[in-house]
Amino acid sequence: MKLRFTAREEAFRADCARWLSEQLQGPFADIVGVVSQLGMAERRLEWERALGRARWSVIGWPERYGGRDATIAEQVIFAEEYARARAPGRIAHLGTELAGPTILHFGNDLQRDRFLPPIAAGEEIWCQGYSEPGAGSDLSNVRTRAWLVHSAQGAEWVIDGQKIWTSFAQLCDWCFVVCRTEEGSKGPKGLSYLLVPMHQKGVTVRPIRQLTGEAEFNEVFFDGARTRAEYCVGVPGDGWKVAMGTLSFERGVSTLAQQMTFRNELERIIDVARQNGAVKDPLIRQRLSQAWIGLRIMRYSALRMLSRATTGTLGPEALTYKIYWAVWHKKLGELAMDIIGAPGELVIEPPYGLADLTHLYLFSRADTIYGGSNQIQRNIIAERALGLPKEPRGDR
Amino acid sequence: MQFAFTEEQDLIRDTARKFLAANAGSSQLRAAMTQSHAYDPDVWRAIAQELGWCGIGIPESMGGAGMGMVEQAILFEETGRCLLGTPLLATAGFAAAVLHETPESTERTELLAAIACGNRCLALVATDDSGIAERYAVNAVTLGGSLRLSGHGAFVLSGDAADSLIVPAVTADGDLVIAQVDLPAAGAVMRSQKALDLTRQYARIEFNDVVPSALLADGPQARRVWVRGVQVAQVALAAEQLGGAIGALELTTTYVKERHQFGRPIGSFQAIKHRLADMLVECEAGKSAVYYAACVVDEWRSGTGTEYELAQAAALVKSHCSDMFQNVAGNAIQLHGGIGFTWEYAAQLYFKRARASGNLLGTAQYHRERLAELIGLVTAAETTP
Repeated sequence: MKLRFTAREEAFRADCARWLSEQLQGPFADIVGVVSQLGMAERRLEWERALGRARWSVIGWPERYGGRDATIAEQVIFAEEYARARAPGRIAHLGTELAGPTILHFGNDLQRDRFLPPIAAGEEIWCQGYSEPGAGSDLSNVRTRAWLVHSAQGAEWVIDGQKIWTSFAQLCDWCFVVCRTEEGSKGPKGLSYLLVPMHQKGVTVRPIRQLTGEAEFNEVFFDGARTRAEYCVGVPGDGWKVAMGTLSFERGVSTLAQQMTFRNELERIIDVARQNGAVKDPLIRQRLSQAWIGLRIMRYSALRMLSRATTGTLGPEALTYKIYWAVWHKKLGELAMDIIGAPGELVIEPPYGLADLTHLYLFSRADTIYGGSNQIQRNIIAERALGLPKEPRGDR
Repeated sequence: MQFAFTEEQDLIRDTARKFLAANAGSSQLRAAMTQSHAYDPDVWRAIAQELGWCGIGIPESMGGAGMGMVEQAILFEETGRCLLGTPLLATAGFAAAVLHETPESTERTELLAAIACGNRCLALVATDDSGIAERYAVNAVTLGGSLRLSGHGAFVLSGDAADSLIVPAVTADGDLVIAQVDLPAAGAVMRSQKALDLTRQYARIEFNDVVPSALLADGPQARRVWVRGVQVAQVALAAEQLGGAIGALELTTTYVKERHQFGRPIGSFQAIKHRLADMLVECEAGKSAVYYAACVVDEWRSGTGTEYELAQAAALVKSHCSDMFQNVAGNAIQLHGGIGFTWEYAAQLYFKRARASGNLLGTAQYHRERLAELIGLVTAAETTP
């Protein structure tokens, strides 16, 4: 067990930092620090392509698909330097972190060759089609249906149904959609994991306005939408295994970049507390220290998780990680507002423009819901890490 | 960067766990609690002399195993898990940590060598009757060319079993000196302090013109030596707290799987599951904190780390683990229901150990205030009451 990076890894760090600063102090200076979910989307798509051209988009992937075969330590370093340079949030992240790794792991050569290079190049942007109005926490209760048809163009899947809470759907080229492909099947059985093009007649995207005032997530309607028969990842009917595999990739290296964003937020909150004197209040000071401790712990939980990932097992630290950061971040938002006081309640520009820390306060209410709510996380932790009895179901 | 245990480290844990399961289980703990110093002398002899646990972090040149803080943390985690109460923590975790930081001297080498071969119990005087960290009530006065110690120390862990004390004493100039006092010593009066925690014992020691056996550090650097040594000791204690929390969590998890009400195991109810899940979240965070802090100690000792990082890590880990252990042990009683409130059941022992360890070497609040200074929220002058 050791924390230090080798001299070679530190040299790699210098390479990352050099490229990032050239770009972000040069052609991409306008998007430094852009955190708002939809802010400057066109420029951020250009940034994704620039990352792809320079092979910095998915450095952990094999070289033949546009990666660098980077080690975990190198991926950690890049994630840290990326955040340190205040590079913008990755608009392509559902492709680079979820769709890509899933196709790499569960897909076949045809799928890998077709889909991975454009993800790595930032040419194709992905969204996630999991949740439905009736399939939230009960994620396997999928109703969206798909069936195979044969025509002059060859065999195709036809898709009917609705997905919801689909982030960035309005910008995306492809969606990975969990569909029920075996009629009459229930729950996790009979589902398939299909890769579906978004730019077609049978797909309609309707934005949903969030409590922050933004509309980053959407409803997506599939009404006779089509995709090629060979774009099913894994065996048809066995898609639940693939869908769950995707979620385990979510606990990847990107969490370290997320932590650097958290650190920037905490530093800003500390600055405010110094300026307005809140830091003199010992109760506030205790909470600031506590926040600092939580953030540092998060870093080492992530490194523990990543170090174990090389051995191919998912330990209890991976199962507890999401709830830990989500609760931490929500409390940080509350601490920010307690420190700012009444001025935090003001909209800074009409109609509903929010100061960054106010935005943090509001947006962090979603952290303990998306990607599995705290309540579902606790069920998972209790059942998988502690071996407690499974939740009984009311319907099967 | 490889933040996972090596095979050798896993082996240390397995070996320790097997030994403790066979020799320091719950009935043995009950029996040990009735012994004069609240521990089983046979178990202490075995771990100190046969298994070499006291010397695991002491250099090979002094007869130790020459391993690091990570390996020590593994051991303390395992001893904490079964609430072992021997002089191990006071000797190897506290006193040896301070000795490690003191400048080289014959006395230092002899003491560390004696600890390594397991035939010496040491204790650290770290506070006064207030029990508050960094309160020193022993004064050092030079009388007729020799140093004399006067005052008192309290809450001295395993002080009643100690052969030697490590004592920080304040000089007339306000500097600190670190003295070694071999016991018995003329003018040193030892009194056991019976504590809520039944698994180990404290002592209060009165010093009346005691002539120290050796001076381990003096001059302007002595305070820094002391502070760094205590920080390492805090990491050792935090590792033990982590083990205690894990032990309480395991006890509770087993219980809720077996206990049936309403025709099903109570562990199938979300009210129970969710609280246990939260306990695990805290323990997993505790592991990250302890292993990180242990790595920082090893880096500090190997010359690649900084004093600042050590101070931060110690405050972080002692703060988190103090809260974690007290929360988890409190929940353990609650989830057991009535049986958890009985004298016979082990839940109370974890709960009381958690409170005692929370106070030792600084409470969670104390360490958060130190951290507030370290990260520049305030200056020391603004936080010290």
